[in-house]
Amino acid sequence: MSIFVDETTKVIVQGLTGGQGRFHGLRNRDYGTQVVGGVSPKKAGTDVDGIPVYASAKEAVAATGATASFVVVPPAGACDAIIEAAEAGISFIVCITEGIPAQDEARTYSRLVHEFPGTRLLGPNCPGIISPGKCNIGITSGDIALAGGPVGIVSRSGTLTYQALYELSSQGIGQTTCVGIGGDPVPGTNFIDCLEAFEADPETKAIMMIGEIGGSEEERAAAYIAERVTKPIVSYVAGVTAPPGRKMGHAGAIISGSQGTAQAKMDALRAAGVTIGLNPTEAGQAMIEIVRGLS
Amino acid sequence: MDLFEYQGKQYFARFAIPVSKGGVADTVEEAVAQATAAGYPVVVKAQVKVGGRGKAGGVKLAADADEVRTHAGNILGLDIKGHVVKRLWIEHASDIEKEYYASFTLDRPNKVHLGMLSKEGGVDIEEVAATNPDAIAKVSIDPAVGLDLDAARAWVAAADLDEVAREQAAALLVQLYRCYVDGDCDLAEINPLILTPQGEVKALDAKVTLDDNAAFRHPEWEEFAWGETEDVREQMAKAKGLNYIGLDGSVGIIANGAGLAMSTLDVVNQVGGQAANFLDIGGGASPDVMAAALEVINTDPKVKVIFVNIFGGITKVDDVANGILEALGRVEISSPIVLRLDGTNAAEGRALLAPHLSDTLIAEPTMLDAARRAVALAGA
Repeated sequence: MSIFVDETTKVIVQGLTGGQGRFHGLRNRDYGTQVVGGVSPKKAGTDVDGIPVYASAKEAVAATGATASFVVVPPAGACDAIIEAAEAGISFIVCITEGIPAQDEARTYSRLVHEFPGTRLLGPNCPGIISPGKCNIGITSGDIALAGGPVGIVSRSGTLTYQALYELSSQGIGQTTCVGIGGDPVPGTNFIDCLEAFEADPETKAIMMIGEIGGSEEERAAAYIAERVTKPIVSYVAGVTAPPGRKMGHAGAIISGSQGTAQAKMDALRAAGVTIGLNPTEAGQAMIEIVRGLS
Repeated sequence: MDLFEYQGKQYFARFAIPVSKGGVADTVEEAVAQATAAGYPVVVKAQVKVGGRGKAGGVKLAADADEVRTHAGNILGLDIKGHVVKRLWIEHASDIEKEYYASFTLDRPNKVHLGMLSKEGGVDIEEVAATNPDAIAKVSIDPAVGLDLDAARAWVAAADLDEVAREQAAALLVQLYRCYVDGDCDLAEINPLILTPQGEVKALDAKVTLDDNAAFRHPEWEEFAWGETEDVREQMAKAKGLNYIGLDGSVGIIANGAGLAMSTLDVVNQVGGQAANFLDIGGGASPDVMAAALEVINTDPKVKVIFVNIFGGITKVDDVANGILEALGRVEISSPIVLRLDGTNAAEGRALLAPHLSDTLIAEPTMLDAARRAVALAGA
């Protein structure tokens, strides 16, 4: 099984007629994803390589029965596109847009929670989700993923998501689903959402979690893991040698209580029973050993 | 982008948040002129983006022009924790009855805005937060709802601010919240927020961090560019939209995505090298951006080798390859380049570069192999 998406998921692409939307939308379709429509107010009635383009998400959903949307829209319009998808009844939205103002993200997340509790947002500023062999929504190169499980991957960093896929696939270890949650301040889906889904998914036997410095999501995930997750987890946290980030003034220091360093995150995860790799390759090797020990 | 105090106060003033009358000065004589305009006594304040300037001698009270000359002369050029003072803010000195603290920032774990207010503001607020957290009244604000005057009134009462200050403080907090939201701040902080003996409430300091992602809708932010960075390479990188931070090592780093760039620093360090920089070319980089990245690093005399670590997603490896070829054709790159290329269009990208591979343009199959090779070349 996979989490959040599978081979029956019908996807519309908001921004399909743009350069990035066309490239990645068509690539997702070539992978086997059911890309059933595009949305572009100005180009309604046309098609992109056979994929019909509709004027609004609502029209696209009515015509195609899509339940998922891939938002490839520039920062100034991305949040409106997300809300438009939710209003159209889409239940799973993937937004890859990088550079959305934090205030817009916060307001949009709050609106989704209050007005559209049945809608899950992945991202913004994330690589998307791939369930190998079934569905790929986003910008991940499908050829680096390997179908068949048993590993579920969740990552805050886009390129490290690909690195994690590569480390496992190149050694013949497949994935159930790989979720890139993105590193923006207000991610729609977080580590805990994915850990919960992977824990519940019978085909996922082990979980790889890729974190990075800043914030406290890894620490929160560690607390959740200690209480609720029984499956083995390997983690890598990027940024051990990164230069100290900008100080956020007193308010930041007061909120976090610590600095969100890689070391603090690794310590928290280790204390929750997670195996830590000091680089992506080491994390991949640790996961390969775990998977080989499962059978 | 972090603002200087004077910029923060100018930003506050746009949102009708009370601040003292004052002006900036880059020379001693300008300082005297600003002091005359503000009215004595004045405070001469170093403009640096680092805390602790008062303790470092960067904030002085002056009763007349002679004192302004003395203090301005001493403070201009002063090194405060590695930040050299180039600009002063001169403002009319306020009488202080009480010092409070107020701020808004994002509560990332809970995905709401967090307001913090304390009647125990001043230089020791972090100490207060650590030892007496109850002295800070926190409010969670739903971004879709906002903060109205009634909520602000309840908040100042909960924080137990002095009666005489409450109504003004509540109004000021509503304005500060507007500044934080409509002004696209990551942080809007006032410490201290003062109550004067005359019963006036105003911002004596300003700490503002703007959200760079919102710059597209704030053309007025251009005026805040002064003193943003003096590092030549950081300026070059910024002009090209690259995220660059200079470091001390000899291995130049170019990667796509902040996570992979950080991971590249980690791996170089683990195999015994030191990175000369952090450079993230971002997502969807064009050949021109890649070429610019190489050119920025090429100007760093510390660099002995350049490690290009690309895992294409939205970034296409063939675009990266074209950028490398473009840079090699445009300028003489003085260090060998070690490549690790994977992901979207990797085969096309590798094919483009294959005819050009040499002793100074080396491809390695994995991130670890490439890191080892780069570190070996840096040491040779």
